[in-house]
Amino acid sequence: MIPTSLNAWVATPEIFLLCSACIVLLFDLFVSDARKQVTYLLTLLVLALTAVLTIQSLQQGLALSASGVSAARFAFNHMYVADPVADFAKLGMLLGVALVLIYGRSYAIDRGIFKGELFTLTLFSLLGMMVMASATNFLTLYVGLELLSLAIYALVALPRGNVRASEAAMKYFVLGALASGMLLYGLSMLYGATGSLDVYEVSARIAQAQFNPMLLTFGMVFVVTGIGFKLGAVPFHMWVPDVYEGSPTLLAQLIGSAPKLAAFVFVLRLLGEAMGQFGPLWGEMLKYIAILSLVIGNLAAIAQTNIKRMLAYSTISHMGFLLLGVMTHSEIGYAAAFFYAMTYVITAAASFGLIMLLSRNGFECENIADFKGLNKRSPWFAGMMLMVMFSMAGIPAFVGFFAKLSVLRALVDSGLTWLAVVAIVFSLIGAFYYLRVVKVMYFDEPEGELLAPAGELDAKLLLSLNCLLLLVLGVFPNQLLTSLSHAVNLTMAGSAGMMLQ
Amino acid sequence: MVTLTHYLVLGAILFSLSVFGIFMNRKNLIVMLMAIELMLLAVNMNFIAFSQFLGDTAGQIFVFFILTVAAAESAIGLAILVVLFRNLRSIAVEDLGTMKG
Repeated sequence: MIPTSLNAWVATPEIFLLCSACIVLLFDLFVSDARKQVTYLLTLLVLALTAVLTIQSLQQGLALSASGVSAARFAFNHMYVADPVADFAKLGMLLGVALVLIYGRSYAIDRGIFKGELFTLTLFSLLGMMVMASATNFLTLYVGLELLSLAIYALVALPRGNVRASEAAMKYFVLGALASGMLLYGLSMLYGATGSLDVYEVSARIAQAQFNPMLLTFGMVFVVTGIGFKLGAVPFHMWVPDVYEGSPTLLAQLIGSAPKLAAFVFVLRLLGEAMGQFGPLWGEMLKYIAILSLVIGNLAAIAQTNIKRMLAYSTISHMGFLLLGVMTHSEIGYAAAFFYAMTYVITAAASFGLIMLLSRNGFECENIADFKGLNKRSPWFAGMMLMVMFSMAGIPAFVGFFAKLSVLRALVDSGLTWLAVVAIVFSLIGAFYYLRVVKVMYFDEPEGELLAPAGELDAKLLLSLNCLLLLVLGVFPNQLLTSLSHAVNLTMAGSAGMMLQ
Repeated sequence: MVTLTHYLVLGAILFSLSVFGIFMNRKNLIVMLMAIELMLLAVNMNFIAFSQFLGDTAGQIFVFFILTVAAAESAIGLAILVVLFRNLRSIAVEDLGTMKG
């Protein structure tokens, strides 16, 4: 039933990334500490080439689906798939990781973490995310997840003399390992209940009623818990604020942007594809997790004075929104959540990029008060921060509005209007703390000396483009929205087709 | 006769012990790392039992991967612990409190 063949060419982007990550690792040994810019440029080149290969794979998939064949191409004995959802997600992750390195360059140089480890570990964490996006077997999903997590634990502890960074790394490590354990326990139950590790095989056995219902329900609960931990949704969110606050800002950006996309595809494959039949059951669990995340995330963010902590709670509430899209277990809901995750990557990248732009050697811009009078120091970047905050709050004409709107539309379509109302009420409460940052920037008098934004010209230019993209995507969201929902439709149709065989 | 249920109960006991070890332990971080290892071993127990009783080898192959990842994970965990000890001069869980809010 499951086609068996190696087909390794399907995974060309990942194979290329793996080889080049090893080359970067070796190459870096011969580069002196003063000339790490060379490694940096090489890393960016690797990211660009991987993106080209991914785009080729995406075009191939879309061409296949246009000619009436399934867009999904399997590799490694059905353990691995390249389909448009995976390819779109990979492009988002590549962009997110490239932005981390570009925005964080001068920040990392100032703090002495502009070292070979930063580049190779980042590349390996990206490889883990890309494997997660393409995995169709519990084994590949787990290996991808661990590659991502282990690389990030080590990255957070990179500033070795920093107490807060090592404490954040320890907390992240313990809770991340706990989450993996929960997830694995759930996966072992699913394996016991259905007798297979393959996502499509599991879904087919559930459809044919060849499973043990009690074991499956147990497994599902543990899997949802594990996913909740990984996404940082309430009540499994305790690690998020500490990790965001303690880790160096560029790693907070890495944790807060691209992995969310990987986590979304992970949820789509595990819950949407493998356990699609049990949508109402896990949808109910995700519903409460999502509501709690919206409530706690938005209310706790109001009390924060540290902007990184505030963004951490804001991430929790954004994950609540993402889960609201997933919990409808409909294609329109998955598409809305995908769009949400994709646009969240660029919004989060912009917000952390701006924080790093205002930090410099010996001064960490991390309190909301540090933004006082930013308009007087740099009207341009105050305007950029305004756009990011408006987009996160979901004010119309910015992309955050359309992301929220598409989730709400999916909720209303599924007959959950009351849930949409709850989501809107908590978005309104959330708007308070985003607008407070805007108020501080424009109407408060600056304290102390007026520091202009630091940073290299390329980072500033790209950051401005990134913020303007939030506006452009907000005015013209349709192109991206339709491509992403087309990709989700192809994947879900593919998994339904697999079941009929 | 040892049945599947016995193995699953053993797995569940080991798993609960490790979860308690992580949440109830307020003293030592090394105990926490041991609890994490125990959790992965509980999962391995489940996988092997299912694999044996289903007559499917995939579960045992999964166990090899978990063991390998667990080794890498404890290496990274201990490395972070060493870095933390150098900065904090302590590995007590209650000393992990510089960030609050």
